[in-house]
Amino acid sequence: MADTTLQLAIIAVYLVVALGIGVVAYRLTERTAEDYYLASRTFGTVVLLFTTFATLLSAFTFFGGPNLAYSAGPEWILVMGLMDGIIFAVLWYVLGYKQWLVGQKHGYVTLGEMLGDRFGSTWLRGGVAVVSIFWLFPYVMLQQKGAGQAIVGLTDGAVPFWVGAGGITLFMVLYVVLSGMRGVAWTDTLQGLFMLGIVWVAVAWVLAAVGGPRAATSELATSNPEFLRLGGGLYSPQYMLSTAISIAFGVTMFPQINQRFFVARSKRVLKRTLSLWPVLVVLLFVPTFLLGTWAAGLGVDVPANSNVIPVVLGEYTAPWFTAVVIAGAMAAMMSSSDSMLLSGASYLTRDLYRPVTGRSDAQADAEAESHEAVVARIGVVVFASASFVASLYAPGTLVQIGNTAFSGFAQLALPVIVALYWDRTTKWGITAGIAGSQLFYAISAFDVLRWLSQFVIGRPAIGLPQDYLGWSPAIAGMLLGFVLTVGVSAATETAASENTLAYSVTGSEAE
Amino acid sequence: EVLWFDGTVIAGLPLWLWWHIGWMGLAAVVFRIFANRAWGVGVEEV
Repeated sequence: MADTTLQLAIIAVYLVVALGIGVVAYRLTERTAEDYYLASRTFGTVVLLFTTFATLLSAFTFFGGPNLAYSAGPEWILVMGLMDGIIFAVLWYVLGYKQWLVGQKHGYVTLGEMLGDRFGSTWLRGGVAVVSIFWLFPYVMLQQKGAGQAIVGLTDGAVPFWVGAGGITLFMVLYVVLSGMRGVAWTDTLQGLFMLGIVWVAVAWVLAAVGGPRAATSELATSNPEFLRLGGGLYSPQYMLSTAISIAFGVTMFPQINQRFFVARSKRVLKRTLSLWPVLVVLLFVPTFLLGTWAAGLGVDVPANSNVIPVVLGEYTAPWFTAVVIAGAMAAMMSSSDSMLLSGASYLTRDLYRPVTGRSDAQADAEAESHEAVVARIGVVVFASASFVASLYAPGTLVQIGNTAFSGFAQLALPVIVALYWDRTTKWGITAGIAGSQLFYAISAFDVLRWLSQFVIGRPAIGLPQDYLGWSPAIAGMLLGFVLTVGVSAATETAASENTLAYSVTGSEAE
Repeated sequence: EVLWFDGTVIAGLPLWLWWHIGWMGLAAVVFRIFANRAWGVGVEEV
């Protein structure tokens, strides 16, 4: 009992300190909307790297990944390494650098703004915002669910799930209300550096307790020999590639990541960051997921609806250290969620509220800005509260929920890339590409047809396939989006309201 | 104007994991060379 009280106190103090850092950073900033949402486009290499990486410094990585490695084997390291170290790094250049140049040229703040301006369509701008906010919901919910499970696991069920999930929700909301992008960016960076260090300490501590990596792996070879052989079970080539591709493309379209493409201070910052991606993923994913894998060999028993990391640390390290790791993970999850909520709020105010109230981007007076800030904060409170309630009832593992969100965002990526690089893309083409792929993926992910047929004729008569020769519906949807964007663009004329030269950049924008 | 081929264990880790770690190191070097020598290719227009 004393241990549990100490652990909960450590977590509470840690989260309060993280909140304090955000508030201090906020006090150091200007009070304009551009600073609140984009930190005045002044992120340096380390901050840009970590504040982008923060999306993965979340429950998806700290709890979901190790859980999957514990139950299915360590190949998740390869999936996430390929995804983030290679595919996302390439997209960082192909999509990120291009968007940065276009943003420098026109001063865009959101993806919807960038597309709406190019295609002369307020509907497209608002539609992209709605789609983005929709898929943000499960990913924020994932953080709340992860926090709830962590507290249950840490206290052996003495503290109920809703306290952990509700606690992190409260901190999320407080943080966004009290801080802006610069505050979030600084806590992202500090949390990221802290978690990178503490994960290695955790691995060293556990390995020292069990006799080193050879001993841990030989236990694994005895209990789960198939875990050491590449592939098999869950890990088919199609599953590994589908997952890596859909997550990498999905990450680029997350509001908080996509906005980062507009905030680099200079071309040099983007260049430096590119080569750091593969290094960072090895430093984070290898130790975190190996810890989950080795736990399987060590016979660690993980209760249902709980996470392996708190359990394995509880078994082999000190109670205070377990609490510090969980606190660090929860603070990182809070910071990641705040990045998402902040970017989601800017989508809400700029791409939905602004067009509805008939205000143009040029009319940015102080009174209107403060009015928008109120709308943004109300939006954040409503959104976080709703996702908290959903986290209490949502089925599925952390990785399944995360994959659903990533895959939903991934449907946006190919139409956007086509638009950025092919000036024959038309308003109808990109609208068809986005709407068609979103509809297809949403129907697949939520099994809408089966549910509808159950409702109409009393039995689940029809449904879309759950895989296509082993490839996921996310990949099928992405291909559909690409074909629709190109095909419909080729078959339609450019409208008079379109600005086909908007994305034409020479690099001189960076000077 | 740029990696499928086993349960061998070396120094406590599967061989395929050592390959992946080394490959990520190589990727970092290649990205560094690209950033220094060819940044702008395919994105900037002439």
